[in-house]
Amino acid sequence: MSTTKSDHSSHIPPPTAHEAKYLAVQRSPEFQDLRKRYRGWVIPVTVGALLWYLAYVLVAAYAPGFMAIKLLGNINLGLVLGLLQFVSTFVVTGLYVRYAGRVLDPASEKIRDSMKAEGLL
Amino acid sequence: MNTAIVSAAAESTKIGNTGLNLAIFAGFVAVTMFFVLRASKTNKSAADMYTAGGAFTGRQNGIAISGDYLSAASFLGIAGAIALSGYDGFLYSIGFLVAWLVALLLVAELLRNTGRFTMADVLAFRMRERPVRTAAATSTLVVSFFYLLAQMAGAGGLVALLMNITNRTQQSLVIAVVGVLMIAYVLIGGMKGTTYVQIIKAILLIAGAAVMSVWVLSNVGMNFSELLGRGAAAGASLDPGAKYGLTGLTKLDFISLALALVLGTAGLPHILMRFYTVPTAKEARKSVVWAIGLIGVFYLFTLILGYGAAALVGPDRIKAAPGGANSAAPLLAFELGGTVLLGIISAVAFATILAVVAGLTITASASFAHDIYASVIKRGNPPAGAEVKVARIAAVVVGIVAIIGGIAANGQNIAFLVALAFAVAASANLPTILYSLFWKRFNTRGCLWSIYGGLAITITLIVFSPAVSGAKGAMFPSMDFSWFPLSNPGLVSIPASFLLGFLGTITSKEHLENKAAEMEVRSLTGAGAEGKALDH
Repeated sequence: MSTTKSDHSSHIPPPTAHEAKYLAVQRSPEFQDLRKRYRGWVIPVTVGALLWYLAYVLVAAYAPGFMAIKLLGNINLGLVLGLLQFVSTFVVTGLYVRYAGRVLDPASEKIRDSMKAEGLL
Repeated sequence: MNTAIVSAAAESTKIGNTGLNLAIFAGFVAVTMFFVLRASKTNKSAADMYTAGGAFTGRQNGIAISGDYLSAASFLGIAGAIALSGYDGFLYSIGFLVAWLVALLLVAELLRNTGRFTMADVLAFRMRERPVRTAAATSTLVVSFFYLLAQMAGAGGLVALLMNITNRTQQSLVIAVVGVLMIAYVLIGGMKGTTYVQIIKAILLIAGAAVMSVWVLSNVGMNFSELLGRGAAAGASLDPGAKYGLTGLTKLDFISLALALVLGTAGLPHILMRFYTVPTAKEARKSVVWAIGLIGVFYLFTLILGYGAAALVGPDRIKAAPGGANSAAPLLAFELGGTVLLGIISAVAFATILAVVAGLTITASASFAHDIYASVIKRGNPPAGAEVKVARIAAVVVGIVAIIGGIAANGQNIAFLVALAFAVAASANLPTILYSLFWKRFNTRGCLWSIYGGLAITITLIVFSPAVSGAKGAMFPSMDFSWFPLSNPGLVSIPASFLLGFLGTITSKEHLENKAAEMEVRSLTGAGAEGKALDH
């Protein structure tokens, strides 16, 4: 089996036969593509959602006057921004389910099937 | 006028019919016991006991997760916090909800694909098994212990209010009854029985909150703005700052709490374990989606209930009631629907505590039996049937410890104890879980530094915080050995644990990248995971 430069520095012991099979799957373009699509979606979205939450918390703590601005009747900006946290959580959940069903699930199923065909499972 | 309100409050808590409350609660125990006994027929192997053989559907598990997550602190605590502090109470619930995105996007599916019973399974996949299992089991037991204490202490406070039992001995007796019931559920029904209890409780709790919310709104002509106005007039502020905005320090404390809440959920061992009760990663995803929907809707109800309690019951009566802030929701139920609704809501609150403590007991006993006994002591080869036996004994021990701890912690602030559990989970558990799922270089030393370091820092900062000594409302108000200014350690302990995990890893020569490859392939494709669930 061929070793590539980036994955195998001199510190890493040579893989066993079992590990080599999984390393081969990991290096396959199909798997690299799935990995990129998964990480490329969930990491920025999680970071974004946490920053959006943190921004909300910081505004609530350090700019209560801004939150107190009345919009409609007794409903103020703080309440609307708080409810928007609920909305954004629901929206991200819905978008992820759609993305996972359309992109991630078919890709992982394909890799699983080809692993079965090669007798890896 | 004020004295009239206070005496009315004293009266109203007596009006609650103890016999009726008990009858409704007994009804809940009878119904759940029926399901638990039915589940006992298939409670034989370790897989049955810990994860119900992984046979629940995503929807069932999602409802059970919301039943596991919406503890008494959520229901009674948040409604009470909104009724007394207004907007700042609402801030709590937002952190509890947004936290689920971390579980959904980064943890649930990958965990389902790489582990089997406990959080330690994921870490042991590639690291040196005995030290990391010992570490993960230690932090699991610590988090579960704090969480159990909070729930048991809540049970004591709840009886004080609902049955007008102010005698410490009698309250202790009720805590013991809760503990014995919880042990029975776990021993007889295992994870399957416990899951049924959580599903029934979640449906009752969410339905009860929905009925009360509509009832409250109908009192103000279905006008939400009017409800807010009346709540604000009674003292529940509509603007942030009533509780946390007092000084620069309380603001910082609030940010620390917010961080612990949002990062703690995906590190709570009893929540992580629920992802193993479904057969596939896709079902684990579905579970979280259901949980997010139910939990989100429930927190919207608590917003209405909190301002409703302020408007219809009033802060003076709530503060004067035996349970303080925690009595806002039950008092509101009494105001709306008299003794019958109070009885129903009280029984639901009890059921809530029971379902949560049963889930915690399973998690703690599974962690001890699977990680410590079977893997560390017996080096992965326990005699046939011994692991289940040990898990059962552990469940009894955990139950007894919880009863004793609950009696000792009776009267402590529930929300504070739960916040502690979240802080430990966010510091000791979440960094190792994320590192092992997303960083191939992560190794045994990094894992141990992060877990033990996170635990030590979190607990040290708590012990020397104003929540334990040196402040009004502290655990030991007459002593003062505090030097850490924040009540919640998250702001320091969470980044510190991430840093320790990183430093431990890069200073160690252990390279596990080859094993990490197998783990990553399995975590993303589910290869090998589905067959595993069908083994038993």
